[in-house]
Amino acid sequence: MNALNGNELVRRGRALLARHLINPGLDLQLLVALLLLSATGLTVLYSASGGNLTLVGNQALRLALGFAAMLVLARVPPNVFRIWTPWFYGGTLLLLVIVIELGEGRGANRWLDLKFVRFQPSELAKIALPMMVAWFLSRRVLPPDWRTLAMAGFWIVIPALLIAKQPDLGTALLVAASGVFVVFLAGLAWWRIGLIVGVAAAIAPFAWEHLHEYQRNRLRMFIDPEADPLGNGWNIIQAKIAVGSGGVFGKGILESTQSRLDFLPEHTTDFIFAVFSEEFGLVGVSLVVLLYLFIVARGLMIAVNARDTYQRLLAGSISMTLFVYVVVNGGMVSGLLPVVGVPMPLISYGGTSAVSLLVAFGVLMSIHAHRRLAG
Amino acid sequence: MIRLNTRGRAVKDAAQEAELFRRRAIAGFLIIAASLMVLLGRYAYLQVGRHEEFTTRSEQNRIRLRPLAPSRGLLYDRNGKLLAENVPQYRLEITPQHVGNVESALKRLGEVVALSDEDLERFREQYQPRRPFVGIPLRLQLSEEEVARFAVERYRFPGVEVVPYLTRHYPYGEAFAHVLGYVGRVDAADRERMDPERHGWVTQIGKSGIERRYESDLIGSAGYEEVEADVSGRALRVLRRVAPVPGRHLYLSLDADLQTAAIQAFGGQPGSAVAIDPRNGEVLAFVSMPSFDPNLFVNGISRRDYTALLNGKDQPLFNRALSGAFAPGSTVKPFVALAGLEAGIREPDDTVFSTGDFHLDGTNQVYRDWKKGGHGRVDLTNALAESVNTYFYKLAVDLGIERLSSALAGYGFGRATGIDLSGEALGVLPSREWKLATRAKAWYQGETVLAGIGQGYWVVTPLQLSHAMATLANGGVPHQPHLLIATQDGYNAVRTAAAAIAPGSTLITDPSHFEAVRRGMVAVVNAPNGTARRIAVGAPYVIAGKSGTAQRYSRDAREEYDEANVPEALQHRALFVCFAPAEAPRIAVAVVVDRGISGSRSAAPIARQILDAWLNRPVP
Repeated sequence: MNALNGNELVRRGRALLARHLINPGLDLQLLVALLLLSATGLTVLYSASGGNLTLVGNQALRLALGFAAMLVLARVPPNVFRIWTPWFYGGTLLLLVIVIELGEGRGANRWLDLKFVRFQPSELAKIALPMMVAWFLSRRVLPPDWRTLAMAGFWIVIPALLIAKQPDLGTALLVAASGVFVVFLAGLAWWRIGLIVGVAAAIAPFAWEHLHEYQRNRLRMFIDPEADPLGNGWNIIQAKIAVGSGGVFGKGILESTQSRLDFLPEHTTDFIFAVFSEEFGLVGVSLVVLLYLFIVARGLMIAVNARDTYQRLLAGSISMTLFVYVVVNGGMVSGLLPVVGVPMPLISYGGTSAVSLLVAFGVLMSIHAHRRLAG
Repeated sequence: MIRLNTRGRAVKDAAQEAELFRRRAIAGFLIIAASLMVLLGRYAYLQVGRHEEFTTRSEQNRIRLRPLAPSRGLLYDRNGKLLAENVPQYRLEITPQHVGNVESALKRLGEVVALSDEDLERFREQYQPRRPFVGIPLRLQLSEEEVARFAVERYRFPGVEVVPYLTRHYPYGEAFAHVLGYVGRVDAADRERMDPERHGWVTQIGKSGIERRYESDLIGSAGYEEVEADVSGRALRVLRRVAPVPGRHLYLSLDADLQTAAIQAFGGQPGSAVAIDPRNGEVLAFVSMPSFDPNLFVNGISRRDYTALLNGKDQPLFNRALSGAFAPGSTVKPFVALAGLEAGIREPDDTVFSTGDFHLDGTNQVYRDWKKGGHGRVDLTNALAESVNTYFYKLAVDLGIERLSSALAGYGFGRATGIDLSGEALGVLPSREWKLATRAKAWYQGETVLAGIGQGYWVVTPLQLSHAMATLANGGVPHQPHLLIATQDGYNAVRTAAAAIAPGSTLITDPSHFEAVRRGMVAVVNAPNGTARRIAVGAPYVIAGKSGTAQRYSRDAREEYDEANVPEALQHRALFVCFAPAEAPRIAVAVVVDRGISGSRSAAPIARQILDAWLNRPVP
């Protein structure tokens, strides 16, 4: 081995820097799509908040933070994630237990106050859970048999139950879904899937018994929102009015009367997509939905090209979970699905979910950066 | 196909896993794409298929119709003096739809603005759970301080608003309470007689008197404002405005100065007076004493005030002029005299000898003159001047009850005069038919005797007396008494005269009969032997009048006030009817003093002051 002389060292350093600047390990198409979505979100937020620039600035700051985290994570080799997965998962479980004991939040124990930062451990679970299931399955023979499936189910159910106990049914379902997607992508046989769905449908009535009253009310309202127009059905009705009155081209930016006149509750957070639909109409809705579809497709392509099973499963799950957000929130706003507190990714106001989403996409970017070379 | 290792355990096959994943990723993508298309379909359904429906509902959310109450028509006297006006006020209004928990809001509101139990009770009465979007007044007449205090706390009370409104005010207070009536808060009974489309928003409605009678003219019709309102009902801007049509102003025949003078003339004594212009039936003054302040009722009278009025001395709420009914006594004598002349059984110069006692043939019953020993031989003029009972006993018997009552019926006794006020008492004109119908008994001749001097079954109201006197003064041509003389649609609009009411045909066939009675009535006031000669002193015009005095007796519970405290001398009902100037009458007056000495002593001087107030001013 020859000692490197100074010139050679400088040359190599420069090359490394140049390579990183030219290719920071990010998938440009995915990045552009995410930025477009964030810009759309900030625009609607500006309108939905009645031109509240403080609110918009706050959100922009958090998005910037999220994108920065994404940039950093993209440089971390996926193996690092993989090695730390069981620890990360275990830590998250611990925090979930702690938050139930000590947490604070309106009507639900969701927040953990670490003095310098307040956050929701359930956000960590959104990434920790698919990591754990992917880690577990990547070490097993695939497609999974019943035993493997049972173990994977165990890893999924534990954090999901802890989150549901907070109680935060929406997040619990999303977190569980991210684990289920891992199992699905691992190639669980279709007949097994059919069997599980059938059994689940059979025991659903018993699950009803264990829901909180407010959760049941939401489901009841979902079936017939107009039955209680001033009570539980109000949100759904007002959201539908907002969406429907938007028409094909929408009322135009800042013209959402449903939001401006306060008829629509939570019009900057869970129901912001109703404001968007009212102002930008079916055209706007279609464009945004296509943007989400593009992101999902791009994410799945990254997954397909990933280097190993762990990365594939993780990347695939992150991509598919985004779709769950969109369908659950979009369905809720349009009265197609019950009201569960799920934000519209990157559009709803709320820093925590935006940051955790971008962190997940940072992991995806890292997988992209360390992909299998073509061929 | 799973590959096994040498120990029979499956081994991982990276290539196969990758391929499996690729297929699953494609399947997943297809599922996702399909789901998102379903979602898009849902949006298309809402935004295209049901766009119109939701646009309408969005507009309904956004746009609220706010009724604009028209100002209530004003009331003027005959000279354009304001009798009822509208003054601006503020009220607190609740729109339950936007309040959430109404009861808790009421509790919190009570800490900001004083709310009485009555306010709350009334609010609950008006609260219609099925129409939560209708604003309901909670408190009227907010003080400026309360308005300011609420403005500061406004944010705590979505759905509660301070609303400016016009409220009725009666500048003359008590003076016209019994004729104008008053407006009050709308209650359930009022709702039934209102048109909900046009007047559903009205908060004040005529409860009595002119205010009630001409409600449909005074009320106007509502306009509305389309306002953009937020979810708490706060109006943000006005989109469209349809102006209300204000109520019609009414000009009444009353004369404020005459009314005031008449009230002063009573000097606080309970009683009543009605003055009518005999030439056209216009009511010039309408007094019932004691009276009450109608302004108390406008925004809902408090229970305490109402109880005080109900139990007040001499019943201030009772409309004596319209509903007070009592025996007319001698005041009917001019009409009886006229009936005799008209029937052709008396000439003015025919005389009757008064001994002080009058006997019906074949009975022991004695009917007396008020003067012991009688008046001696009297003709018609003296019979009226001295109020000689015997003359009229005999005349009544000679006429018989049929002719007597049919003649007097023409002057309006025993039925409503038809004045434009409700609640008129009908009185009783004694007749065979009346007795048969109400008592199921035959008529006795002794009752005819009493009827001749306004006693027995007779019951009249002050309004009836005044109307009869006006008819007589007008030479027997009756004009229906009325108050409305003109209407006006808004300021500066042309006044429209009220529809004329055709006079009845004359009741006096021979003008000399009227002359004779008038002579007698002039003598009452002006002859040395006239019962009311005191009131002629200093009068620059000639008064024709007739006094009457009736023993008070308890006909019904209304009359049961504390007689023990009333001096014996004042336990008569004093009556006086008159018209003037005798030769060309411009005013006919009936005065009733509830507790007087006699008609000529207690009621006549009041009548004189009323006549002075009307006649001692330049003729317009």
